[in-house]
Amino acid sequence: MADVTLMKTPAETALAQAFESAKTSLPGQAESRAQAFEQFTQRGLPHRRVEEFKYTDLRAMMREIAPFAGVPAADEARAALAGAKALASVKALQVPFVNGHFVREAVDFHNLPENVEIVPLAEALAENHDWLARLSPVPWANDNPVYQLNTSFMADGVMIRIAGPVEMPVHLRFVTSAASAVATATRILVVVEEGASVTLLETHESTDGANHQPNDVIEMIAGDRTNVQHVRINAEGDKALALSTLAARIGGDALFNSINVVAGSATSRHQVFAVLDGENTNLRVNGATMLKGVQHADSTLVVEHAAPHCESRELFKTVIDNEATGVFQGKIIVPHHAQKTDGRMMSAALLLEEGGSMNNKPELEIFADDVQCAHGATCGQLDEDLLFYLMARGLPKKEAERLLVQAFLGEALEFVENEAAREALIETVEGWLKART
Amino acid sequence: MPAVQETIDQVRLIDVDQYKYGFETEVEMEKSPKGLSEDVIRFISAKKGEPEWMLQWRLDAYKRWLTMKEPAWARVSYDKIDYNDIYYYAAPKKNQAPKSLDEVDPEILKTYEKLGIPLREQEILAGVEPQRRVAVDAVFDSVSVATTFKEELAKAGVIFMPISEAIREYPDLVRQYMGSVVPVTDNFFATLNSAVFTDGSFVYIPPGVRCPMELSTYFRINEKNTGQFERTLIIADKGSYVSYLEGCTAPKRDENQLHAAVVELIALDDAEIKYSTVQNWYPGDAQGKGGIYNFVTKRGDCRGKNSVITWTQVETGSAITWKYPSCILRGDNSRGEFYSIAVSNGMQQVDSGTKMIHLGKNTTSRIISKGIAAGRSENTYRGLVSAHRKATGARNFTNCDSLLIGNQCGAHTVPYIESKNATAVFEHEATTSKISEDQMFYCQQRGLSEEEATALIVNGFVKDVLQHLPMEFAVEAQKLISISLEGSVG
Repeated sequence: MADVTLMKTPAETALAQAFESAKTSLPGQAESRAQAFEQFTQRGLPHRRVEEFKYTDLRAMMREIAPFAGVPAADEARAALAGAKALASVKALQVPFVNGHFVREAVDFHNLPENVEIVPLAEALAENHDWLARLSPVPWANDNPVYQLNTSFMADGVMIRIAGPVEMPVHLRFVTSAASAVATATRILVVVEEGASVTLLETHESTDGANHQPNDVIEMIAGDRTNVQHVRINAEGDKALALSTLAARIGGDALFNSINVVAGSATSRHQVFAVLDGENTNLRVNGATMLKGVQHADSTLVVEHAAPHCESRELFKTVIDNEATGVFQGKIIVPHHAQKTDGRMMSAALLLEEGGSMNNKPELEIFADDVQCAHGATCGQLDEDLLFYLMARGLPKKEAERLLVQAFLGEALEFVENEAAREALIETVEGWLKART
Repeated sequence: MPAVQETIDQVRLIDVDQYKYGFETEVEMEKSPKGLSEDVIRFISAKKGEPEWMLQWRLDAYKRWLTMKEPAWARVSYDKIDYNDIYYYAAPKKNQAPKSLDEVDPEILKTYEKLGIPLREQEILAGVEPQRRVAVDAVFDSVSVATTFKEELAKAGVIFMPISEAIREYPDLVRQYMGSVVPVTDNFFATLNSAVFTDGSFVYIPPGVRCPMELSTYFRINEKNTGQFERTLIIADKGSYVSYLEGCTAPKRDENQLHAAVVELIALDDAEIKYSTVQNWYPGDAQGKGGIYNFVTKRGDCRGKNSVITWTQVETGSAITWKYPSCILRGDNSRGEFYSIAVSNGMQQVDSGTKMIHLGKNTTSRIISKGIAAGRSENTYRGLVSAHRKATGARNFTNCDSLLIGNQCGAHTVPYIESKNATAVFEHEATTSKISEDQMFYCQQRGLSEEEATALIVNGFVKDVLQHLPMEFAVEAQKLISISLEGSVG
């Protein structure tokens, strides 16, 4: 291959212009924004020759950049939130965002549940709040171009501190209601102090028919003996290109459970970067992805076992209908000192129809000799024997298929502790299956 | 759980400081001018007495190579190679087209004797196992010094000769197939090889013929500052069968030497090729000084329906290994298999694996890979399994295990599994106990422990090829495959 210096794509030029015009109005952290954007510019939008983006070529997928969304009017925000449906059945503390901007009015700051503190990010950035020092808990995430773009453009978000056990789930609700395409960049920091526990719900919804471009980053610092349950749903509109990152640093003796359910957007990429920083921690990262038409969904995962005696379990299930494309890239890193690590990563994909495709890349990088790491990947269609079994018992073919797909995805969902949230997720799966026939 | 003592001991036996083939042979050599240029390529081509088309092929490759960049994606690191500091051709002076073994330099014969490679047909006949005969093509630096059993093979219609001879004698066959599996422009090292390749073996098995004996090529790098660029082409015509073995060693030296080979296999309808490698190039010393850079492109094309290609490799040598023997499963119902044991010690770096590209209907492939890293080595498995749109009913099973001995080494797994066909079924497994529950049950029911049963089953795949290795180190290879992967990390 000859050395070729590529010209900037129109999208890259648009991003540079957007940054140029926005950088003075974006709140705070001018220096780190400029630095992140500079890093991004050096390599540009990642393409298929960039290993981490081999299957999700953003240079080809992001031809145009949507304008960054402004702050919505109060009644627009109210109307947008009233129409939001994702996980609506779960009683939770609502922390809503419309068009990427935090809706302060919706939160009663004086009556927050015990052990919960919330600081709006835009203000914090402008005032250079103390907690900002805790942003970017996973240093190597800074190398990721999607993350760099978020750091450059982050306009709003919240910082949440969980000081002790919190009963009621905290629901981060993102709604994009703009009729025409907009880009958003939000950043959330959740600090879970030693011994604290919390259930975090995160939902993303947007209007159909518009090429929205959300880029969300959630960062979590979970201290020793914490219990974090994280449930995320991507229910974006049918034309959206959704990029998201979860970057977590988790202490010792902790439980951390995260699931991402993909039920929307034309193209999505969800990245999980987790560092296990203390011993005896138990991490579970699951994914359930439902794709149809020409949808494209990428689940990328990097787990670093930075301490010995930790256990990690990753289970990703992908159902692919029509001509959709699924991607799973997982990597478990076990450095020299992380002895007695037990890691298991599994990706299973079901191709329902001719024309779909699945790309799996379950990677291991191991330097310690007394560890157990397993990885598996399967890909295929529904088991004929199982179908036959059900049909022999009188179920019509479609019904039998539906049941099998539901059971297939159900495996990834059963670890969701919050019952109402789990029920809602199962309903989402059922809804998707019903729409299929 | 860390590796069991028995495994540690077995791996220790083949540690870098135990290298047995590190001696040097004193022979007068004739070399091309140092460095790489069109003139050097003309020199090589003239030495081989090649036709004009071959020279042109080489020159085109060279022009292309000049525009290419060395790949950097493999998980290996090494100092930049100065491609102009290498002799691209080195041949023993006294070996100008020997007609019989008596004309071959006795020093060279001694070398092969020392390595345990039988070059005299009568010796082989008088051997311990008279029923097991193996035809050998011995390649010493840039030339083939001897090929045994040529006449007997010719009687069966089998062509087995150095490729430089085949270019002169069977130009049509060579022209038709060379570069059809690994195109000239395939990758940096393959293109380099296309420009400067010196010798290697050419095998053609005519339709319906089962090759009467095993064929093998023994590669020896001897001269300083040289690179070895061999090219092997094996064609199994309709309904034929051939088993081919390849072995390689080199003297101990402080410098790094480049070995960039290209191997192309073509299996037509109903044909079967078994290709086995025992790679034991000098691995460098414990500090990582010296050793061979083994940058090899090996690819088989199951071109016909029902064809089978099996790659078996035992990798213990080389400072750096960069090789992915692959199968293109083009014919319907064709099958590709890859069995690999890669043991790295000292400062060795291994980045190896396979590609199984399913294009035809009902194609199947199996990958069994064991990586064992000890010392301060890095051992990476990198593999691709892909099914294209038309590969209806494709089936793959992959099992790759790695084992670390000590915590100074690294074992990595980078599998790529790409399916574009709903009826394709791919399974990638990394837990030893999951091999085949039925087989496990059968063995355990008869009183074998789980570990014994696992070893038995895994070895069963590999053994049928390896136990027939004619070379001295077959014993070592046998030992290697019996290494327990207890404590495997997946």
